[in-house]
Amino acid sequence: MARSTPFDWLPKSRRKMNTRDVVSWLLLVAFAAVLFFPIYWMFVTAVRPKDALFNGEFDLWPSQLMWSNFAEGWNRLPFGQFYINSFAIAIIAVIVTVFINLLCGYTFAKYKFPGRNIIFLLLISTLMIPIQVIMVPEFLLITKLGWVNTYWGVIAPRAAEAFGIFMVRQFMLAIPDELIEAGRLDGAGEFAIFWKIVLPLSWPVIAVLTIFTFMWRWNDFVWPLVALQQQDAFTVPLGLNLLKGQYYTEWTSIMGMGLVSIIPMLIVFIFFQRYFIQGIANTGLK
Amino acid sequence: MTTSQRLREDGNTPGNRGKGHKTGWWARNERLLVPYIFISPNIIIFAAFMLFPILFAFYMSFHEWSLIGVPQFNGLDNYVRMVHDELFWQSLGHTVVFTAGTVPTSIALGLAAAMLLNRELPARGLLRSVIFLPVIVSGVVTALVAAWIFNDNYGVINSLLKAAGLEPILWLSSPTWAMPSIIITTLWIRIGFCMVVYLAGLQGIPSEYYDAAQVDGASGWRQFRHITWPLLAPTTFLLLVINVIFSFHVFDLIYVMTGGGPGFSTTVLVQYIYESAFASREMGYASAMGIVLYLLIVVLTVFQWRVSRQGGEGV
Repeated sequence: MARSTPFDWLPKSRRKMNTRDVVSWLLLVAFAAVLFFPIYWMFVTAVRPKDALFNGEFDLWPSQLMWSNFAEGWNRLPFGQFYINSFAIAIIAVIVTVFINLLCGYTFAKYKFPGRNIIFLLLISTLMIPIQVIMVPEFLLITKLGWVNTYWGVIAPRAAEAFGIFMVRQFMLAIPDELIEAGRLDGAGEFAIFWKIVLPLSWPVIAVLTIFTFMWRWNDFVWPLVALQQQDAFTVPLGLNLLKGQYYTEWTSIMGMGLVSIIPMLIVFIFFQRYFIQGIANTGLK
Repeated sequence: MTTSQRLREDGNTPGNRGKGHKTGWWARNERLLVPYIFISPNIIIFAAFMLFPILFAFYMSFHEWSLIGVPQFNGLDNYVRMVHDELFWQSLGHTVVFTAGTVPTSIALGLAAAMLLNRELPARGLLRSVIFLPVIVSGVVTALVAAWIFNDNYGVINSLLKAAGLEPILWLSSPTWAMPSIIITTLWIRIGFCMVVYLAGLQGIPSEYYDAAQVDGASGWRQFRHITWPLLAPTTFLLLVINVIFSFHVFDLIYVMTGGGPGFSTTVLVQYIYESAFASREMGYASAMGIVLYLLIVVLTVFQWRVSRQGGEGV
């Protein structure tokens, strides 16, 4: 049995690394370090004693860890409420969007019906519309519906993600028609075929769609900015923007709360990384 | 193609309906109606929150309206005003500068990272994750951390410049440096995204091509030039289209990072539209600018598509 070495965690290369590999590797490490720096710097700023930010001295690592900074930032604004709102919106949006986009993408992939291609093209072309163009009529509409400052006001207008439909359609094209036909021969209704035959085969795309919808809604800024006008209805990004507006020199609090706000996404990313990368790779979308 | 032909093609002829044989109106029309029922939730949402708003914006662009009272028809006045509006042209210019500064650079750096990662290296997965990580960070948090890093007095970049004996730069409070700071920040979010799309593209290139090139003694650069780059053309095109749309839509990052300032120096068109609508309450004018921006994006996308077709690299 081979003895363990401190480098066991490194993948065992079958061939030796040549000079070009070593140079590439060093370049990549430097590049990754630069890209990681802002996240590290958020952490360092968040845990530093406040006066250490402005005393002119500066070091790249904190001499002292002030965990109490987080509590201070958290209490400046009703962040508890913001997190409840953000989670509620993201979770309801995921359920609604994933369900209707699966059904819609499946239909575009597996049914032939008059107008299919033109409707699909129209749906996809909405991706080019800048939201600022349609924001005013959308706002008037949710005002009429009484949805300003409500979860639905944020969720409904964005529930039909065109990216999602596209992604599901691409995936469903690969499901064999024979399975669907077999269901029909057994006398299953059209919805039962979707629910009992197609969905169980679609876990990969469901995972990708869930993760992306969660990310889109969790990170959303401009539409919630319009639809949510009262502070107690704010989502986390709106809260962060408000924090910067009201305490613009309190960088420890701002960085601390910014860091906390990416934790849910970070957890999702760490556990479902493969789906993120698959989702982007398959359809080239964010 | 007639309806009956279509039904037969789908295998749903009366003879093979099996044990679930149903009669009546629904049974006869089910296959025709089901697709429309299945897409109806999406269609209703699109109609209400996309189609209606865009038509409304088009209608409003020929009117004057401040949200109160009845919209007054004013013909092409909003469009004529746009032509003479210095701020419109400035903000459009900023959008173009931002797009030109972000799109080619993020695509090139994404490709470079993907090329470097597309081989067996120690900790390859970890490096890929770290480069991709910024993609999941929201525009608001990105803007906040960038505003702090680029801070004129206490930001880490200026501290490093001072430590190296150089003059600090007024990143965010000088009109010259604010836009470059925003562009650099945008690269942070975009590179990982482009890299992942390119990695998928690279994996689709059969390794036999490179083996053959090696036998012929082709250098690394020539392999890239004659194999990798042409075969990645569809990926590059996709990234170009998506990145241009992203760049034309950019809002959160600039709104939180500089608020469009100092002065007007980083206000892009979408922010000018947003402010015309929600701060100045000029719904007609904001709508007219919105329609122009939308048409601009459509024309750009169609143009890119046509160019890529002409290059013989159909996508």
